[in-house]
Amino acid sequence: MSGLDPTYRSATISVLVDNEAGVLARVIGLFSGRGYNIDSLTVAPVDDSGQRSRINIVTSGTQMVIDQIKAQLDRLVPVHRVSDLTQLGHHIAREMALIKVITTESEQRAEALRLADAFRARVIDATARSFVFEMTGGTDKLDAFVELMRPLGLAEVSRTGVAAMARGTTVI
Amino acid sequence: MSTIAPAAPTQAHPAPPATQSGAEVLLRALKDQGVEVIFGYPGGAVLPIYDAIFQQNAIRHILVRHEQAAVHAAEGYARSTGKVGCVLVTSGPGATNAVTGLVDALMDSIPIVCLTGQVATHLIGNDAFQEADTTGITRPATKHNYLVKRGEDLARVVHEAFYVARTGRPGPVVVDLPKDILIGKAPYVSAATAPHRSYRPRVEPDAGQIARAVALLKSARRPVIYSGGGVINAGDAASSALRRLARMTGFPVTSTLMGLGAYPSNDPQFLGMLGMHGTYEANLAMHGCDVMLNVGARFDDRVTGKIALFSPDSRKIHIDIDPSSINKNVPVEVPVVADAARALEALIAAWETDAAKPDRAGLAEWWRQIDVWRGKDSLRYRQPRDRGAVIKPQYAIQRLYEITRELGRDTYISTEVGQHQMWAAQFFRFDQPNRWMTSGGLGTMGYGLPAAMGVQIAHPDALVIDIAGEASILMNIQEMSTLAQYRLPVKVFILNNQYMGMVRQWQELLHGGRYSESYSEALPDFVKLAESFHAEGMRATSVDQLDHVIRAMLTSPKAVIADICVDQKENCFPMIPSGAAHNQMLLGPEHEAGVAGVSDDGLALV
Repeated sequence: MSGLDPTYRSATISVLVDNEAGVLARVIGLFSGRGYNIDSLTVAPVDDSGQRSRINIVTSGTQMVIDQIKAQLDRLVPVHRVSDLTQLGHHIAREMALIKVITTESEQRAEALRLADAFRARVIDATARSFVFEMTGGTDKLDAFVELMRPLGLAEVSRTGVAAMARGTTVI
Repeated sequence: MSTIAPAAPTQAHPAPPATQSGAEVLLRALKDQGVEVIFGYPGGAVLPIYDAIFQQNAIRHILVRHEQAAVHAAEGYARSTGKVGCVLVTSGPGATNAVTGLVDALMDSIPIVCLTGQVATHLIGNDAFQEADTTGITRPATKHNYLVKRGEDLARVVHEAFYVARTGRPGPVVVDLPKDILIGKAPYVSAATAPHRSYRPRVEPDAGQIARAVALLKSARRPVIYSGGGVINAGDAASSALRRLARMTGFPVTSTLMGLGAYPSNDPQFLGMLGMHGTYEANLAMHGCDVMLNVGARFDDRVTGKIALFSPDSRKIHIDIDPSSINKNVPVEVPVVADAARALEALIAAWETDAAKPDRAGLAEWWRQIDVWRGKDSLRYRQPRDRGAVIKPQYAIQRLYEITRELGRDTYISTEVGQHQMWAAQFFRFDQPNRWMTSGGLGTMGYGLPAAMGVQIAHPDALVIDIAGEASILMNIQEMSTLAQYRLPVKVFILNNQYMGMVRQWQELLHGGRYSESYSEALPDFVKLAESFHAEGMRATSVDQLDHVIRAMLTSPKAVIADICVDQKENCFPMIPSGAAHNQMLLGPEHEAGVAGVSDDGLALV
């Protein structure tokens, strides 16, 4: 009777699908049509022949809603597998971000570089007035870095969304 | 977590030579899928298919008068035979007109394959004449859909469409066919014998869950079996297993609107339909039960009423072939994902071998309680019998049922949507599955006449009656012309109260009697309308004329419209007002004050 638990939780769900026209629209349409949240979504082909794609979705809801989401995904015809990484145990979730900071003040530029170093962000573009940092990590880490850049002249953020995988020998 | 085995290897043999046109390959695939009838309407994009249809005799084409009706006709055909219904429409407006029928079939789990024409592949996306993004529009309207972009995919996709439509929880599938694919050469391949690469719904129940279910059922003191449309979809085996299970357990049985006929209505263990307009005994049994066995129903809001107050003290078992139906609205203790027939048969076998004794004393006490509720006679109505008295709609259906029984013909009933639909569900009694065609989930006015047409095509010698309202029937009245063309003797039995009756009822009960736009102004003369469509028209305006009109209608060899002028003010009772619980039913006009307690939350419900 887990369905009665009213607490909201976040879930990272990986879906293996046939890489066919419209499959992403089917998944997104399911979420919008039934009023589920999408906090992050990534998709790309993952096998040699390009026939299968992996969709990683970060969503949130009560346990009952998350179970519904998985059941609804699983009944889509081109879906091969639906895995709730959050339920499988420990998993890794990473995303990449490009972060542009515009400032001419030398103190701010130095501070931005110091923080980038601490967060292991790489400078991949620099001008006299700007930096672009590239950074990979968990969503929380990226959020934290972006917040730190805000007073230093944060101008633009581009993020990939989450790619996720179970730790250890578990495969979906 | 699904545990799906690796996909079957793709076909290794070389594609056979393409000697036939795409349209010919399409028809061959349909024939191999057992299609005997297509309901359709031609147009530019599907001309190659119509040309191929012209040159063969295996598949019969029924020309409808509107594409929506083609889908409803295929639904009637499918629902009354258990086969997949097949539809053929053209691109653009042909496809968009079909959408209502597709959603109807999706909501009620009816297997349909709808072939839609499409502009040539090189024109897709160019806003070409009669182009629509059919796969985009129908994605949420279908179980699955396909756009065929290469001739070599055509036969495989058509076979797969039929597999998807009928497998697991059935539903509508669209195959969008660009014109150049239909004209160009395409290879033929037979239906795959290997398992589908990804879509393989579970049909066998888990033995552990069955054992848990039986333990729960044996412990029950106040059990109820809540049966739904899934039992009809699972075929005769499921209906017969349901009857056996009820007989061996002695449990009371109630049914959803979609499930009527799976269990015989005249059986003493049958409590009648449950839900918003269900019987007092069915709803109170659901409210008061301690163990509920849901077979093939989905805890729809028309059934549950206010979800927080729904059957508060019961432990619930839910058999459904669709895992997404389980724990969607109501959390259940024992879910069983399986085909209804297999699950019921497993329950019967496990009940027999399980050593525990059912609580017979508890059950006898429960039946005494149910008999008290039955004593309320919640479907009662009063029909004045004096000459010239106005006909009560309930009485009209009661007499239609009784006279039909006298005739003893195999009878199929379809309905439109509204008060007449609920009265038909309450007063027409079914003892076999697949005899009752109604739009349950979507509630589509205009469903009944085309559905009846599809039933009559499938069962040429049966008696097929569309119980209709005067407002609903006008939504697809053009199909009278189809009846004439194919000499289909469908009987249209209109309960004419000159109002959109259910709208009027809600306005009376919930909106202060302000009958905003619910009066049917300027109605046609239905007798003349029938005659203009080469059918017979007849009318009853008072109770003394009713039997004569019903007999004349049922014995006519032609299509008939019977205009039964009924009491304009009659309301459909019992009724659970929106937002109320099962034990807060209104039994009749004397309880109408009860709706004063409907909250704003309740008012917001449909």
